Amino acid sequence: MTIALNHFSAAFVFALFASIVFGITHRDTVREMVRYGAYCFVLFLGGVLVAGWAMWLLRR
Amino acid sequence: MANSTTEKSKAVPAAPITAISVLAPAVGWLIPGAGHMIQKRWIRGALLFISIMTLFLLGLAMQGRIYRANGGDILDILGFIGDVGAGALYMLSVANDWGQGAIAFATADYGTKFMIVAGLLNFIAMADAYHIAIGKKK
Repeated sequence: MTIALNHFSAAFVFALFASIVFGITHRDTVREMVRYGAYCFVLFLGGVLVAGWAMWLLRR
Repeated sequence: MANSTTEKSKAVPAAPITAISVLAPAVGWLIPGAGHMIQKRWIRGALLFISIMTLFLLGLAMQGRIYRANGGDILDILGFIGDVGAGALYMLSVANDWGQGAIAFATADYGTKFMIVAGLLNFIAMADAYHIAIGKKK
């Protein structure tokens, strides 16, 4: 079976699962885990979007 | 200054080596999340299992490359260290010769990185299981 994700989908999947693991392993309480996981997810995906737009601007 | 460092190291007693403190990271390495599950952290273990397994299997499905033990290029060695963190998944992949195809499309390289990251995340999960086992983390 072969899956061909596009760039954004790959970044989304990566951000989702890496954030879950970071949230669970880096915090002690459930509330903190959820908050930290969400924070990591936003940073991961936000970083991708910012970098993408930065490259688009540089190319113009 | 030296005294304060000595005092700090004295203040933290070494964690006793117990069966669970050895077993939890070992089992966690072999099966992602299992180190948490044997300590009755079922939901955390299941989430770790799903996350790490999905990343690794997606990497394989994206035609990513599995690194084997090698003494060549430093990046290949680091890739191997990352991959081997996935434990049984890595062994299964090597045994079945998965992840050895030629990279056919651009995003296949993401697959390679997915598998390396899955292994590295499993190392973090192992450390977390160990910290729970020694009582450092609630």
